[in-house]
Amino acid sequence: MVASVAIAQDAPIVPHPSGAEIIALIKQARVRHIVALPDIVTSDGLLWPISKDPKFRLTRICKEDEGVSICGAMSYNGTRAVLMMQQTGLMDSLNAIRAIGVDYELPIVMMVGLQGKEPHVHPDQSAAYGVRIIRPVLDAMGLSHSLIEDPEDVAHIPQAIDAAYAASRPHIFLIGRSPEAPTQ
Amino acid sequence: MTFPRDEALKALIPHVTKDDIVVAVYQSCFDWLALNPRDLNYVAVGAMGQASSHGLGLAIANPDRRVIVLDGDGSLLMNLGALVTIANSGVTNLYHFLSANRVYEVNGAHPLPGAEQVDFAAMAQASGYAGSRSFNDLENFTTALPEVLNTPGPQMSVLEIAAGAPYPRDYNFIHSAGARETFRTALNQG
Repeated sequence: MVASVAIAQDAPIVPHPSGAEIIALIKQARVRHIVALPDIVTSDGLLWPISKDPKFRLTRICKEDEGVSICGAMSYNGTRAVLMMQQTGLMDSLNAIRAIGVDYELPIVMMVGLQGKEPHVHPDQSAAYGVRIIRPVLDAMGLSHSLIEDPEDVAHIPQAIDAAYAASRPHIFLIGRSPEAPTQ
Repeated sequence: MTFPRDEALKALIPHVTKDDIVVAVYQSCFDWLALNPRDLNYVAVGAMGQASSHGLGLAIANPDRRVIVLDGDGSLLMNLGALVTIANSGVTNLYHFLSANRVYEVNGAHPLPGAEQVDFAAMAQASGYAGSRSFNDLENFTTALPEVLNTPGPQMSVLEIAAGAPYPRDYNFIHSAGARETFRTALNQG
């Protein structure tokens, strides 16, 4: 976990993306396999609904770098997958991403919750060290990434997934605000 | 008691069909490539310890094929959670063969932590593999192979081996784009 930072009581209230919309867009990108380690940012809005959705096959993993290998191997016959985790797991998986995603040029598509980030603050300005280093680390590795915070940010998901598989390279969606859980 | 790894691999060769995927790691990979070169050998496992996870991805995406993982004990120790992940993934087409020589063979032959105590077959069984056993002689391994490979997986077979004949370590090949493309082409030919 990342040490949580105190959020000021007068911090602006910001809109969150829709979990249901993200899930619909993942399906639109012809993804039917989810490989995941639970992450508190995406737990209610994404992983719990996905786990109950018969259109997905969910593979629960014990450690994040397993998922990099699983998704990379699946891609050889064009099988698409999304790998879900928290940014701590992303940091733990960098060597696997380097080897399998970059050196081997495989399409590892990841959704990474930024645990500990203040909802109204850009990740690069987060008071949490473990959050604000993420984008610079990805940039240093030359990894494609995009940020999902506002509701309208989700629209690019299918195109980004298509592009990752077309170019056979990784893409990392950074989830900066908890997606809203679907209404029961 | 141990038996030579290359003799174990030679015993496996007649049971590998043209549609089977073989995922091999480190010295097992180099031995296997010399003994049984074929297009459906998957050699690009990248980071150490990841062979079984690559095998799982291939097993999920290719349910009509058997996936045979030729793993190493040092590698598996780096990714022990994979045993639990594989056992609980629902795949039945993964066959895990672990060359247990109790040393990091390609990294100077230093001993594994717990080299004398670790029971890999028990680990796989406790993780929920459909079947798990150890072999310390070639005859028993050869006799058991047909049943092991025709029983729904995931199946773990631990081979208590010693290095056999020396085979060349061609790291450039296993990390090459050509090796990956050969595998990809063969896989998608149906």
